[in-house]
Amino acid sequence: MAAATPTSYTDQIVYTDEIADFSPEIIAEMESHLAKYPGDRKRSALIPLLMLVQRERGWIDNPGVNFLAHFLDLEVTDVWETATFYSMLNMRPVGRHHIQICKTLSCRIMGEPEITAHICSKLGIHPGETTGDSKFTVSLVECLGSCGTAPMMQIGFDYHEDLTTEKVDQILGSLD
Amino acid sequence: MEIKAIGCEPLQLKRVHLENGHTLKVYQQTGGYESLKTALGMSPADIIDEVKKSALRGRGGAGFPTGMKWSFVPKDSPKPKYVVCNADESEPGSFKDRYLMERDPHSMIEGMIIAAWALGSNTGYVYTRGEYKYLIDIMDVALAEAREAGFLGKNVLGSGFDIDIHTHTGAGAYICGEETALLSSLEGFRGHPRMKPPFPAVEGLYASPTIVNNVETFTSVPQIIEMGGDAWRDLGTEKSGGTKLWSISGHVKRPGVYELPMGYADMEKFIMDDCGGMLRAEYGLKAVIPGGSSVYIMNAGQILGKNVTLDYEGLVEAGSMLGTGGMMVMDESVDVVKTTQNLTEFYKHESCGWCTPCREGTDWLVKIFTRITSGGGREEDIQLMLDLCDNIEGKSFCPLGDAAAWPIQSAIRQFPDDFKRWINNGAASNGSH
Repeated sequence: MAAATPTSYTDQIVYTDEIADFSPEIIAEMESHLAKYPGDRKRSALIPLLMLVQRERGWIDNPGVNFLAHFLDLEVTDVWETATFYSMLNMRPVGRHHIQICKTLSCRIMGEPEITAHICSKLGIHPGETTGDSKFTVSLVECLGSCGTAPMMQIGFDYHEDLTTEKVDQILGSLD
Repeated sequence: MEIKAIGCEPLQLKRVHLENGHTLKVYQQTGGYESLKTALGMSPADIIDEVKKSALRGRGGAGFPTGMKWSFVPKDSPKPKYVVCNADESEPGSFKDRYLMERDPHSMIEGMIIAAWALGSNTGYVYTRGEYKYLIDIMDVALAEAREAGFLGKNVLGSGFDIDIHTHTGAGAYICGEETALLSSLEGFRGHPRMKPPFPAVEGLYASPTIVNNVETFTSVPQIIEMGGDAWRDLGTEKSGGTKLWSISGHVKRPGVYELPMGYADMEKFIMDDCGGMLRAEYGLKAVIPGGSSVYIMNAGQILGKNVTLDYEGLVEAGSMLGTGGMMVMDESVDVVKTTQNLTEFYKHESCGWCTPCREGTDWLVKIFTRITSGGGREEDIQLMLDLCDNIEGKSFCPLGDAAAWPIQSAIRQFPDDFKRWINNGAASNGSH
């Protein structure tokens, strides 16, 4: 049931001149970020706005990047240059629920391998893959600042801590 | 998880257990923003002087004296000045700032306002790691409350001083905890560190004078103004003033965030008594990384019976460093080759790619670790890793390279048998992690 694992970081991007469209409410939200920085320093809003584009479109796609280039008076390459640096910005679509399991030291020694194996076998995918119904993506990520409550995972922006396999079943069962 | 003070009155943790401690109302009921009123009646030079007297050292890991950092900001610069809070907490083992922002955000905001007044700044940013989205939401509410009450905005409390503070999100990059990389990121670029000098105090954000301090550093400032620098310093030691938050995780019964006076005696008591001792009776203490992943790993023999005091000097004397105070405790079930491999994979992933020693070196180190833990280790691999570390340490563009080398060098030094077992037997004889 697993979707094919992409082979390169940016292989899902379809290059196009299309410019994404956002509602007036979203544009207003973008303006509120822009207002935090000096008028001649619009580029400072780039990362917050990339996060916003991802929230609205699910990932960093080319129309979204084209929009930000226009909105911030940047070259399209400027936007890609920044976007491809940051691990939270997805260069390919992810499932509706992005499960990010912390794999760094404290989580690793407190049971992360068991949690990862459990989640992957339950969903029938490997880390880095998305389920065929596009419901779940599983990623292994570096320290999320939750070492005292290890092992842990973040689904979307929600922290789930002190995990056990039973707790994981409960959490995954509650998502639609 | 425990959150409590030991050996001192809770100062950093004063409000974390109060109901609605994150609100302006409770903050003011418990003395909040009184220090700001005091500070606005003091000259900037006097404030910097109190911070110097306090012996407060940066809580983000480097431990640089905060008052001295502030005094580097040029007073006569015609450029705007900026105050930036480093809330990018990403050091493996560290999770203290999270609770300060979640439960007492106004302390950090008040500290930033006082710093802005002392440095002549009218704008502040809180750079927070993108994963901490829920904390950015909490801080946005707190900032709006402070604005509404006149602690932020034009003419703060009738003083004629203007200051506003904004939140800013990162998007997943450990390197952005390094202050110059943070500033690159805050300008909308890849998180690449910058050459120093010029230091940010002279040329930081938008090439203007900028102070970057950790969350816990800023939350200390209102306390210093309230108590006076000397009294705050006396809570700790002469060189390491005040109290410090420790994040402790791994194989202890009571992991958590603990506030200890600087100079607390001793590390063994802290782990074995205060944190409840080892998690599982069948396994004793094997290793501790005391200050977040970027410091030297210690073996049990460096800790047990050695009266290691918990402050900057005590941990250096014991063979490691205080760092961020992110203490990771490992029992005898752990194989140190595997844990060091885990951290090396972290540094490889987080290397920004800007300079060759760090980018290539961390990749090669991961390859060697992978060979060893796949059973194909060679006798010369140990020396090869040490040579690689030697070519990274002190030769990379920023301290991330040093941070990648130190765990490996110290692991080889303190746990030679773990490495020998892999090289000689192609497997670890104990430990599965």
